[in-house]
Amino acid sequence: MSRLKMMVVDDSNIIRNKIARSLSTHNIDIVATACNGEEAVKQFAENDPDIVTMDLTMPRMDGLECIRELKKRKPSTRILVVSALADKSTAIQALKEGALGFVCKPFTEDDLSDAMNELLAGDA
Amino acid sequence: MDEQELRIFVDLVRYYFERQTGRLPELGSPHLGDASALPIHDYTGVIGISGERQGCVYVTASRELLRALLLQVGETDVSEANLCDLAGEIANTISGNARLHFGPDFMISVPVIVQGTATAIQVPRNVKAYVIPLRWHKHDAALVVSLQ
Repeated sequence: MSRLKMMVVDDSNIIRNKIARSLSTHNIDIVATACNGEEAVKQFAENDPDIVTMDLTMPRMDGLECIRELKKRKPSTRILVVSALADKSTAIQALKEGALGFVCKPFTEDDLSDAMNELLAGDA
Repeated sequence: MDEQELRIFVDLVRYYFERQTGRLPELGSPHLGDASALPIHDYTGVIGISGERQGCVYVTASRELLRALLLQVGETDVSEANLCDLAGEIANTISGNARLHFGPDFMISVPVIVQGTATAIQVPRNVKAYVIPLRWHKHDAALVVSLQ
C-alpha cells in the first residue's frame, strides 16, 4: 500500500514535532506543516495531503474555518482535530465541519497513534 | 471566581503535568495575589479570556522547569523559541481544558509570550487574581487566574 501524505497544522512547534514523533511508525509521510489556518490552506494546495491534523485555536485563521476551507477543496481529506478545547460542543462542531476524530490536549504519543489507527481503519 | 472554580484550575494543572510527564507537580496553597506583586518567572504564557467570563489566565515558569519538561516529553530542541512555545502551550492547554467546565462561551485567545522577569503581567485591576504556586522536578512555576 502506498504511503499516505499528511499535513500537520498547529501554532506550536513543540506540538508539531510531537505529532511527527507519535506517527513515525505509521504508513505516513509528513509532507507539510503550518502554524495557522491561512498557511495551511496554502500548503494544502501545494502538497495535496490525504490526512491533516488540525489545531483549533490559531492566529489568522482558526481551525474550524480551516477545516471548512480544506473540505471545500477536497472533500475526501481525512482530518483529525488535536486541540485543548475540551468542551463537547466544540468537538461536535468540528465533526460537523467534516473532521473524523478529535484528540484532546494534553495527549500522549499513544493517544495520537491510537486515534490515527482509528482514522485509518477504513483503509484496511 | 469562587473556590469551586479555583479548584477546577488546580485540578487542570495537576492533570497537565501528570498526563505529560507521569509525575504530579507539588502544589502550594492557592491564594489571592497582590495585583502589584504577582509571580513572574523567566517565561510566561498569557491567555486572554473573553465571552461570558473576562480576564486572563497565565502560566509563568522558570527556564529550568521548561527545559526539563521539554526533555521529559521527548523534545530535544531546548532553544529559546521552544521554551517560549512551551510556556504558551501550557497556558493554552489549561485554558482550553477549562471549557469542559465553563462551556464554549469561555473564549480563549492565542497565547502571548512574555520573556524575562522585568515585565509585570497586567491583570484586570478590578478583578481578583488567584495564584496557584507549583514545583515540578524542584523547579518553580505558577498559574495565575484572574476572571470576572
